[in-house]
Amino acid sequence: MTTKKEKTPLFGPKEKRLLWDPINDNNPVTVQVLGVCSALAVTSLVYKSVVMAIAVIFVVAFSNLITSLVRNYIPSQVRMIAQLVIIATLVTIVELVLKANNYAIWKELSVFIGLIITNCIVMGRLEAFAMSNSPWRSFLDGIGNGLGYGVILIIVGVVRELFGKGTLFAGSPIQLNIIGKSNDLVKYWIDTSGGAMSWYTNNGLLALPVSSLFLIGIIIWVQRSRNKKLVDIS
Amino acid sequence: MELFNIFIKSAFVENMVLAYFLGMCSFLAVSKTVKTAIGLGLAVIFVLGITVPINWLINHYLLSANGLFHMDLTFLRFIIFIAVIASMVQLVEMVVEKVSPALYNSLGIFLPLITVNCAIMGGSLFMVSREYNLPESVAYGLGGGLGWFLAIVAFAAIREKMAYSNVPAPLRGLGIAFILTGLMGLAFMSLAGI
Repeated sequence: MTTKKEKTPLFGPKEKRLLWDPINDNNPVTVQVLGVCSALAVTSLVYKSVVMAIAVIFVVAFSNLITSLVRNYIPSQVRMIAQLVIIATLVTIVELVLKANNYAIWKELSVFIGLIITNCIVMGRLEAFAMSNSPWRSFLDGIGNGLGYGVILIIVGVVRELFGKGTLFAGSPIQLNIIGKSNDLVKYWIDTSGGAMSWYTNNGLLALPVSSLFLIGIIIWVQRSRNKKLVDIS
Repeated sequence: MELFNIFIKSAFVENMVLAYFLGMCSFLAVSKTVKTAIGLGLAVIFVLGITVPINWLINHYLLSANGLFHMDLTFLRFIIFIAVIASMVQLVEMVVEKVSPALYNSLGIFLPLITVNCAIMGGSLFMVSREYNLPESVAYGLGGGLGWFLAIVAFAAIREKMAYSNVPAPLRGLGIAFILTGLMGLAFMSLAGI
Protein backbone atom coordinates (compact mmCIF):
# COMPACT_ATOMS: atom_id res chain seq x y z
CA MET A 1 0.00 0.00 0.00
CA THR A 2 1.52 3.29 -1.00
CA THR A 3 1.17 6.13 1.44
CA LYS A 4 1.15 8.84 -1.13
CA LYS A 5 0.67 12.26 0.35
CA GLU A 6 -2.78 13.39 -0.60
CA LYS A 7 -2.82 16.54 -2.60
CA THR A 8 -4.91 19.20 -0.92
CA PRO A 9 -7.73 20.35 -3.17
CA LEU A 10 -7.61 23.90 -4.39
CA PHE A 11 -11.11 24.60 -3.18
CA GLY A 12 -12.06 22.04 -0.52
CA PRO A 13 -14.38 22.33 2.49
CA LYS A 14 -11.71 24.17 4.47
CA GLU A 15 -11.43 26.86 1.83
CA LYS A 16 -15.20 27.09 1.66
CA ARG A 17 -15.28 27.72 5.40
CA LEU A 18 -12.75 30.51 4.98
CA LEU A 19 -15.21 32.23 2.70
CA TRP A 20 -18.40 31.56 4.64
CA ASP A 21 -17.38 31.95 8.28
CA PRO A 22 -16.79 35.69 8.14
CA ILE A 23 -20.13 36.24 6.45
CA ASN A 24 -22.14 34.89 9.36
CA ASP A 25 -20.62 33.30 12.47
CA ASN A 26 -17.45 35.33 12.51
CA ASN A 27 -18.62 38.51 10.85
CA PRO A 28 -15.99 41.24 11.09
CA VAL A 29 -18.51 43.98 11.88
CA THR A 30 -21.11 42.38 14.14
CA VAL A 31 -18.95 39.79 15.92
CA GLN A 32 -15.37 41.00 15.89
CA VAL A 33 -16.27 44.74 15.94
CA LEU A 34 -13.70 45.60 13.32
CA GLY A 35 -13.99 48.23 10.65
CA VAL A 36 -17.02 50.00 12.00
CA CYS A 37 -15.19 53.29 11.61
CA SER A 38 -15.38 53.96 7.92
CA ALA A 39 -18.47 51.85 7.43
CA LEU A 40 -21.34 53.79 8.84
CA ALA A 41 -21.13 57.16 7.21
CA VAL A 42 -21.35 55.71 3.69
CA THR A 43 -24.55 53.73 4.14
CA SER A 44 -27.01 56.51 3.35
CA LEU A 45 -27.28 55.26 -0.26
CA VAL A 46 -27.05 51.68 -1.50
CA TYR A 47 -24.85 52.74 -4.39
CA LYS A 48 -22.26 54.24 -2.05
CA SER A 49 -22.33 51.14 0.15
CA VAL A 50 -21.74 48.89 -2.86
CA VAL A 51 -18.79 50.98 -4.07
CA MET A 52 -17.32 51.02 -0.56
CA ALA A 53 -17.84 47.25 -0.16
CA ILE A 54 -16.09 46.51 -3.47
CA ALA A 55 -13.19 48.77 -2.49
CA VAL A 56 -12.79 47.03 0.87
CA ILE A 57 -13.03 43.53 -0.65
CA PHE A 58 -10.32 44.46 -3.14
CA VAL A 59 -8.02 45.96 -0.51
CA VAL A 60 -8.42 43.17 2.06
CA ALA A 61 -8.05 40.38 -0.49
CA PHE A 62 -4.97 41.75 -2.19
CA SER A 63 -3.22 43.05 0.92
CA ASN A 64 -3.73 39.59 2.44
CA LEU A 65 -2.29 37.99 -0.69
CA ILE A 66 0.73 40.29 -0.90
CA THR A 67 1.49 40.14 2.82
CA SER A 68 1.27 36.37 2.74
CA LEU A 69 3.68 36.23 -0.19
CA VAL A 70 6.30 38.39 1.54
CA ARG A 71 5.61 37.29 5.11
CA ASN A 72 8.87 35.34 5.45
CA TYR A 73 10.98 38.30 4.42
CA ILE A 74 9.50 40.91 6.78
CA PRO A 75 11.44 41.37 10.05
CA SER A 76 8.91 41.28 12.86
CA GLN A 77 9.92 44.68 14.30
CA VAL A 78 8.91 46.58 11.18
CA ARG A 79 5.96 44.42 10.15
CA MET A 80 3.35 47.06 11.06
CA ILE A 81 4.98 49.66 8.85
CA ALA A 82 5.44 47.15 6.04
CA GLN A 83 1.76 46.23 6.27
CA LEU A 84 0.72 49.87 6.31
CA VAL A 85 2.75 50.55 3.17
CA ILE A 86 1.11 47.61 1.36
CA ILE A 87 -2.36 48.75 2.43
CA ALA A 88 -1.74 52.41 1.63
CA THR A 89 -0.51 51.51 -1.85
CA LEU A 90 -3.60 49.43 -2.60
CA VAL A 91 -5.90 52.12 -1.24
CA THR A 92 -4.19 54.72 -3.40
CA ILE A 93 -4.80 52.48 -6.45
CA VAL A 94 -8.49 52.17 -5.55
CA GLU A 95 -8.80 55.91 -5.07
CA LEU A 96 -7.15 56.77 -8.37
CA VAL A 97 -9.26 54.23 -10.29
CA LEU A 98 -12.43 55.58 -8.73
CA LYS A 99 -11.43 59.18 -9.36
CA ALA A 100 -10.78 58.40 -13.03
CA ASN A 101 -13.99 56.46 -13.56
CA ASN A 102 -16.64 58.11 -11.44
CA TYR A 103 -15.73 61.57 -10.23
CA ALA A 104 -19.09 62.30 -8.58
CA ILE A 105 -18.97 59.30 -6.28
CA TRP A 106 -15.26 59.88 -5.64
CA LYS A 107 -16.01 63.37 -4.33
CA GLU A 108 -18.43 61.95 -1.79
CA LEU A 109 -16.36 58.95 -0.77
CA SER A 110 -12.74 60.10 -0.99
CA VAL A 111 -12.25 60.63 2.75
CA PHE A 112 -13.80 57.29 3.54
CA ILE A 113 -11.82 55.45 0.85
CA GLY A 114 -8.70 56.90 2.46
CA LEU A 115 -9.89 55.64 5.81
CA ILE A 116 -9.74 52.04 4.54
CA ILE A 117 -6.05 52.30 5.46
CA THR A 118 -6.95 52.53 9.11
CA ASN A 119 -9.82 50.10 8.76
CA CYS A 120 -9.18 47.56 11.48
CA ILE A 121 -10.48 44.71 9.31
CA VAL A 122 -7.51 45.05 6.99
CA MET A 123 -4.85 45.30 9.69
CA GLY A 124 -6.60 42.69 11.78
CA ARG A 125 -6.70 40.10 9.00
CA LEU A 126 -3.09 40.76 8.07
CA GLU A 127 -1.95 40.24 11.65
CA ALA A 128 -4.24 37.36 12.50
CA PHE A 129 -4.29 35.43 9.25
CA ALA A 130 -2.01 36.45 6.42
CA MET A 131 1.18 36.48 8.52
CA SER A 132 0.81 32.74 9.17
CA ASN A 133 -1.03 31.23 6.20
CA SER A 134 -0.42 30.39 2.57
CA PRO A 135 -1.15 33.02 -0.12
CA TRP A 136 -4.17 31.26 -1.63
CA ARG A 137 -5.88 30.74 1.72
CA SER A 138 -5.11 34.31 2.78
CA PHE A 139 -6.64 35.57 -0.44
CA LEU A 140 -9.85 33.62 0.23
CA ASP A 141 -9.92 34.81 3.83
CA GLY A 142 -9.59 38.38 2.58
CA ILE A 143 -12.49 37.96 0.16
CA GLY A 144 -14.60 36.33 2.88
CA ASN A 145 -13.99 39.12 5.37
CA GLY A 146 -14.56 41.77 2.75
CA LEU A 147 -17.87 40.13 1.87
CA GLY A 148 -18.87 39.90 5.52
CA TYR A 149 -18.26 43.63 5.84
CA GLY A 150 -20.03 44.33 2.54
CA VAL A 151 -23.13 42.32 3.48
CA ILE A 152 -23.71 44.39 6.62
CA LEU A 153 -23.03 47.61 4.73
CA ILE A 154 -25.52 46.75 2.01
CA ILE A 155 -28.24 45.58 4.41
CA VAL A 156 -27.97 48.87 6.31
CA GLY A 157 -27.79 50.79 3.04
CA VAL A 158 -30.93 49.17 1.62
CA VAL A 159 -32.98 49.83 4.76
CA ARG A 160 -31.77 53.41 5.08
CA GLU A 161 -32.29 54.33 1.46
CA LEU A 162 -35.59 52.52 0.91
CA PHE A 163 -37.32 53.83 4.02
CA GLY A 164 -35.37 57.06 4.41
CA LYS A 165 -35.44 58.32 0.86
CA GLY A 166 -37.81 55.99 -0.95
CA THR A 167 -35.34 55.09 -3.66
CA LEU A 168 -32.93 52.28 -4.37
CA PHE A 169 -29.55 52.63 -6.09
CA ALA A 170 -30.02 56.40 -6.38
CA GLY A 171 -27.11 58.00 -8.18
CA SER A 172 -26.33 54.86 -10.16
CA PRO A 173 -27.52 54.10 -13.70
CA ILE A 174 -30.31 51.85 -12.43
CA GLN A 175 -31.98 54.24 -10.01
CA LEU A 176 -35.40 53.13 -8.78
CA ASN A 177 -37.96 55.41 -7.19
CA ILE A 178 -39.94 53.05 -5.07
CA ILE A 179 -41.93 54.61 -2.28
CA GLY A 180 -42.55 57.80 -0.49
CA LYS A 181 -43.08 61.47 -0.97
CA SER A 182 -40.50 63.88 0.29
CA ASN A 183 -41.33 65.66 3.51
CA ASP A 184 -39.94 69.05 4.30
CA LEU A 185 -37.91 68.12 7.34
CA VAL A 186 -34.99 66.71 5.41
CA LYS A 187 -33.56 67.98 2.19
CA TYR A 188 -33.38 65.09 -0.21
CA TRP A 189 -30.68 64.58 -2.69
CA ILE A 190 -33.22 63.26 -5.13
CA ASP A 191 -36.84 64.27 -5.46
CA THR A 192 -38.93 61.17 -4.93
CA SER A 193 -42.34 62.70 -5.48
CA GLY A 194 -42.96 60.45 -8.49
CA GLY A 195 -42.79 57.24 -6.44
CA ALA A 196 -45.39 54.56 -6.95
CA MET A 197 -46.49 54.36 -3.31
CA SER A 198 -46.90 58.00 -2.48
CA TRP A 199 -48.87 57.36 0.73
CA TYR A 200 -45.64 56.57 2.52
CA THR A 201 -43.90 59.52 4.10
CA ASN A 202 -40.16 59.11 4.19
CA ASN A 203 -38.69 58.45 7.58
CA GLY A 204 -36.39 61.37 8.31
CA LEU A 205 -34.58 59.51 11.09
CA LEU A 206 -33.22 56.96 8.62
CA ALA A 207 -31.70 59.72 6.53
CA LEU A 208 -29.53 60.67 9.52
CA PRO A 209 -26.23 58.88 10.09
CA VAL A 210 -27.14 57.82 13.64
CA SER A 211 -29.78 55.44 12.29
CA SER A 212 -27.07 53.12 10.98
CA LEU A 213 -25.94 52.56 14.57
CA PHE A 214 -29.46 51.54 15.57
CA LEU A 215 -29.71 49.26 12.53
CA ILE A 216 -26.41 47.54 13.28
CA GLY A 217 -27.50 47.15 16.91
CA ILE A 218 -30.67 45.46 15.68
CA ILE A 219 -28.72 43.23 13.25
CA ILE A 220 -26.52 42.14 16.16
CA TRP A 221 -29.61 41.47 18.26
CA VAL A 222 -31.20 39.30 15.56
CA GLN A 223 -27.97 37.45 14.84
CA ARG A 224 -27.26 36.70 18.49
CA SER A 225 -30.77 35.58 19.31
CA ARG A 226 -30.53 33.09 16.42
CA ASN A 227 -27.06 31.97 17.37
CA LYS A 228 -26.77 31.59 21.15
CA LYS A 229 -23.05 30.87 21.21
CA LEU A 230 -22.29 34.44 20.20
CA VAL A 231 -24.04 35.92 23.24
CA ASP A 232 -21.83 38.10 25.44
CA ILE A 233 -21.75 36.52 28.89
CA SER A 234 -20.04 39.34 30.75
CA MET B 1 -13.62 84.19 16.17
CA GLU B 2 -13.43 82.05 13.06
CA LEU B 3 -10.94 79.75 14.80
CA PHE B 4 -13.11 79.45 17.89
CA ASN B 5 -15.98 78.59 15.60
CA ILE B 6 -14.04 75.74 14.00
CA PHE B 7 -12.92 74.51 17.42
CA ILE B 8 -16.45 74.36 18.82
CA LYS B 9 -17.87 72.96 15.62
CA SER B 10 -15.37 70.13 15.41
CA ALA B 11 -15.75 69.31 19.10
CA PHE B 12 -19.53 69.27 19.32
CA VAL B 13 -21.53 69.70 16.13
CA GLU B 14 -19.31 67.60 13.90
CA ASN B 15 -18.12 65.29 16.61
CA MET B 16 -15.68 62.71 15.23
CA VAL B 17 -17.35 59.73 16.86
CA LEU B 18 -20.98 60.69 17.04
CA ALA B 19 -21.41 62.43 13.69
CA TYR B 20 -18.84 60.66 11.49
CA PHE B 21 -18.26 57.42 13.43
CA LEU B 22 -14.51 57.76 13.26
CA GLY B 23 -12.48 55.82 15.77
CA MET B 24 -15.36 53.53 16.58
CA CYS B 25 -13.13 50.48 17.02
CA SER B 26 -11.25 51.82 20.01
CA PHE B 27 -14.35 53.76 21.11
CA LEU B 28 -16.18 50.46 21.61
CA ALA B 29 -13.20 48.44 22.78
CA VAL B 30 -11.63 50.81 25.34
CA SER B 31 -14.75 52.22 26.97
CA LYS B 32 -15.31 49.60 29.68
CA THR B 33 -14.09 51.90 32.48
CA VAL B 34 -13.91 55.68 32.76
CA LYS B 35 -10.26 55.62 33.85
CA THR B 36 -8.86 54.00 30.70
CA ALA B 37 -11.23 56.09 28.59
CA ILE B 38 -9.73 59.29 30.01
CA GLY B 39 -6.20 58.05 29.30
CA LEU B 40 -6.96 57.15 25.71
CA GLY B 41 -8.96 60.33 25.17
CA LEU B 42 -6.05 62.50 26.31
CA ALA B 43 -3.68 60.62 24.04
CA VAL B 44 -6.05 61.18 21.11
CA ILE B 45 -6.29 64.93 21.79
CA PHE B 46 -2.52 65.14 21.88
CA VAL B 47 -1.84 63.07 18.75
CA LEU B 48 -4.63 64.70 16.75
CA GLY B 49 -3.49 68.17 17.80
CA ILE B 50 0.04 67.42 16.56
CA THR B 51 -0.55 65.38 13.42
CA VAL B 52 -3.17 67.58 11.74
CA PRO B 53 -0.90 70.68 11.59
CA ILE B 54 2.16 68.58 10.64
CA ASN B 55 0.24 66.93 7.85
CA TRP B 56 -1.00 70.35 6.79
CA LEU B 57 2.59 71.56 6.48
CA ILE B 58 3.61 68.46 4.54
CA ASN B 59 0.59 68.62 2.29
CA HIS B 60 1.07 72.32 1.63
CA TYR B 61 4.82 72.59 1.23
CA LEU B 62 5.80 69.18 -0.13
CA LEU B 63 2.90 67.50 -1.85
CA SER B 64 0.90 70.27 -3.48
CA ALA B 65 1.55 71.40 -7.05
CA ASN B 66 3.25 74.66 -6.03
CA GLY B 67 5.24 73.09 -3.21
CA LEU B 68 8.93 72.29 -2.90
CA PHE B 69 9.09 69.83 -5.80
CA HIS B 70 6.85 71.82 -8.15
CA MET B 71 4.74 68.83 -9.03
CA ASP B 72 1.47 67.38 -7.91
CA LEU B 73 2.38 64.62 -5.48
CA THR B 74 -1.00 64.41 -3.82
CA PHE B 75 -1.35 60.76 -4.83
CA LEU B 76 1.28 60.03 -2.16
CA ARG B 77 -0.93 61.63 0.49
CA PHE B 78 -2.22 58.45 2.15
CA ILE B 79 1.21 56.86 2.49
CA ILE B 80 2.85 60.03 3.82
CA PHE B 81 0.02 60.82 6.25
CA ILE B 82 -0.01 57.35 7.75
CA ALA B 83 3.79 57.41 8.03
CA VAL B 84 3.65 60.76 9.87
CA ILE B 85 0.95 59.45 12.19
CA ALA B 86 2.83 56.23 12.91
CA SER B 87 6.04 58.07 13.71
CA MET B 88 4.27 60.70 15.86
CA VAL B 89 2.59 57.94 17.85
CA GLN B 90 5.95 56.25 18.29
CA LEU B 91 7.42 59.55 19.49
CA VAL B 92 4.58 60.19 21.93
CA GLU B 93 5.00 56.67 23.24
CA MET B 94 8.70 57.19 23.89
CA VAL B 95 8.14 60.55 25.58
CA VAL B 96 5.39 59.22 27.81
CA GLU B 97 7.50 56.22 28.77
CA LYS B 98 10.37 58.51 29.75
CA VAL B 99 8.35 61.21 31.54
CA SER B 100 5.64 59.22 33.25
CA PRO B 101 6.11 55.44 33.43
CA ALA B 102 2.89 55.14 35.47
CA LEU B 103 0.76 56.66 32.72
CA TYR B 104 2.66 54.58 30.18
CA ASN B 105 1.80 51.37 31.97
CA SER B 106 -1.86 52.29 32.38
CA LEU B 107 -2.21 53.14 28.69
CA GLY B 108 -0.41 49.99 27.65
CA ILE B 109 -1.48 48.66 24.27
CA PHE B 110 -3.86 51.55 23.56
CA LEU B 111 -1.09 53.98 22.74
CA PRO B 112 0.30 52.13 19.68
CA LEU B 113 -3.28 51.37 18.64
CA ILE B 114 -3.89 55.09 18.11
CA THR B 115 -2.00 54.68 14.83
CA VAL B 116 -4.91 52.74 13.39
CA ASN B 117 -7.53 54.94 15.05
CA CYS B 118 -9.60 56.23 12.17
CA ALA B 119 -10.19 59.53 13.95
CA ILE B 120 -6.52 60.50 13.56
CA MET B 121 -6.31 59.69 9.86
CA GLY B 122 -9.80 61.12 9.34
CA GLY B 123 -8.75 64.40 10.97
CA SER B 124 -5.94 64.82 8.45
CA LEU B 125 -8.10 63.83 5.48
CA PHE B 126 -10.94 66.17 6.47
CA MET B 127 -8.39 68.93 6.97
CA VAL B 128 -7.39 68.47 3.31
CA SER B 129 -10.87 68.15 1.88
CA ARG B 130 -12.14 71.22 3.77
CA GLU B 131 -9.13 73.30 2.73
CA TYR B 132 -8.26 74.66 6.16
CA ASN B 133 -5.23 76.92 6.64
CA LEU B 134 -2.59 76.34 9.31
CA PRO B 135 -4.23 78.01 12.36
CA GLU B 136 -7.55 76.51 11.36
CA SER B 137 -6.04 73.04 11.16
CA VAL B 138 -4.59 73.46 14.68
CA ALA B 139 -8.03 74.46 15.95
CA TYR B 140 -9.61 71.57 14.04
CA GLY B 141 -7.15 69.01 15.39
CA LEU B 142 -7.56 70.11 19.02
CA GLY B 143 -11.33 70.47 18.72
CA GLY B 144 -11.74 67.09 17.10
CA GLY B 145 -9.61 65.50 19.80
CA LEU B 146 -11.61 67.21 22.55
CA GLY B 147 -14.84 65.97 20.99
CA TRP B 148 -13.50 62.44 20.86
CA PHE B 149 -12.37 62.69 24.50
CA LEU B 150 -15.77 63.93 25.69
CA ALA B 151 -17.60 61.26 23.73
CA ILE B 152 -15.54 58.33 24.99
CA VAL B 153 -15.59 59.50 28.62
CA ALA B 154 -19.38 59.98 28.56
CA PHE B 155 -19.84 56.64 26.84
CA ALA B 156 -17.63 54.83 29.35
CA ALA B 157 -19.61 56.36 32.22
CA ILE B 158 -22.88 55.14 30.68
CA ARG B 159 -21.43 51.69 30.13
CA GLU B 160 -20.31 51.47 33.76
CA LYS B 161 -23.91 52.14 34.81
CA MET B 162 -25.14 49.73 32.14
CA ALA B 163 -23.51 46.83 33.97
CA TYR B 164 -26.29 46.99 36.56
CA SER B 165 -29.23 47.07 34.20
CA ASN B 166 -31.24 44.21 32.83
CA VAL B 167 -30.50 44.07 29.11
CA PRO B 168 -31.92 41.20 27.01
CA ALA B 169 -29.19 38.56 26.67
CA PRO B 170 -28.63 38.74 22.87
CA LEU B 171 -28.39 42.52 23.05
CA ARG B 172 -25.89 42.53 25.92
CA GLY B 173 -22.44 43.95 25.27
CA LEU B 174 -21.94 44.95 21.68
CA GLY B 175 -25.57 45.34 20.62
CA ILE B 176 -26.52 47.75 23.36
CA ALA B 177 -23.23 49.60 22.87
CA PHE B 178 -24.19 50.38 19.28
CA ILE B 179 -27.67 51.55 20.25
CA LEU B 180 -26.25 53.70 23.08
CA THR B 181 -23.83 55.33 20.66
CA GLY B 182 -26.76 56.05 18.35
CA LEU B 183 -28.71 57.70 21.17
CA MET B 184 -25.71 59.79 22.13
CA GLY B 185 -25.37 60.81 18.51
CA LEU B 186 -28.99 61.97 18.51
CA ALA B 187 -28.32 64.02 21.62
CA PHE B 188 -25.25 65.64 20.07
CA MET B 189 -27.28 66.46 16.96
CA SER B 190 -29.34 68.92 18.91
CA LEU B 191 -26.20 71.08 19.00
CA ALA B 192 -26.35 71.49 15.24
CA GLY B 193 -27.11 74.99 14.07
CA ILE B 194 -25.32 76.73 16.93
